[in-house]
Amino acid sequence: MIAAVEPSWYLVVAALLFSIGAFGLLVRRNPLVMFMCIELMLNAANLTFVALATSLGDINGQTAVFFVMVVAAAEVVVGLGILVSILRRRPGATADDLAELKG
Amino acid sequence: MNTTILEYVVFFAASVMMLGGALGVILFRNPVHAALGLILTLFGVAVHYVSQEAHFLAAVQIIVYAGAIVVLFLFVIMLLGVDKASDLSIEPIPIQRPLAAIMAVGLFGLVAAAVVKAGDSIGTITAGTPAQAPGIDVATLDNNDSNIQQLAQNLYTDHLLAFELTSVLLIVAVAGTVLLTRKWPKASETDAA
Repeated sequence: MIAAVEPSWYLVVAALLFSIGAFGLLVRRNPLVMFMCIELMLNAANLTFVALATSLGDINGQTAVFFVMVVAAAEVVVGLGILVSILRRRPGATADDLAELKG
Repeated sequence: MNTTILEYVVFFAASVMMLGGALGVILFRNPVHAALGLILTLFGVAVHYVSQEAHFLAAVQIIVYAGAIVVLFLFVIMLLGVDKASDLSIEPIPIQRPLAAIMAVGLFGLVAAAVVKAGDSIGTITAGTPAQAPGIDVATLDNNDSNIQQLAQNLYTDHLLAFELTSVLLIVAVAGTVLLTRKWPKASETDAA
């Protein structure tokens, strides 16, 4: 049986999750926590995809979520690799400290 | 009627779990605790997937996100020893937090307004009337495997090229990360050796 909970509720909850993630991304200065906030935002978008895929009866939405998950995994691997090599040189660096390219 | 009530209970429980975990991610001062909050959020999203009949994605969510990505986060936190609590009371840039809060509330308000405006075009599927859209094989809707079968058929027919390209993406990501994090010997050391 398909959910009797309205699909728009899922969209609103996902919007709330996305807003929390965006707020955290702007406010936190620890690069690892900023990465976690990006994951929150990706999950919010995935939840929107699944909600609309279910309510519109179109499986393509779930396929999109599958690809988003693959890309998110690759993104986390590369991002954490960059973070490891940065923090190895400069332990305890925050996002504000990384301003070498600033003109 | 009972199943409807149950669905509401599951929805609200999973939403509280998800949003509580998300607040934990941005409010906990210790990155390890933030990662645990992230796990809570990911499980809440997985529960939402299950209640929306996306069984395969729920399983992948648990295995890939909660299983692999969060473990990777915790591994990096402990490898680098950055699990010190950071002081959140100081603001690095003076008015950034109020502006970020305004942005977040505005973002949520915009999306919520769009959802309200879209109204019924989002689709309101009531219980007992399965969707009869071209993408779904109605004959398999009662089958427990139907979600995985539909997803696999869609993935291996319509999106085959993209699926193959993801393998290239993963190989490139792994090889690139190995190159990035490798400790290259210093030029002077190689000369001495």
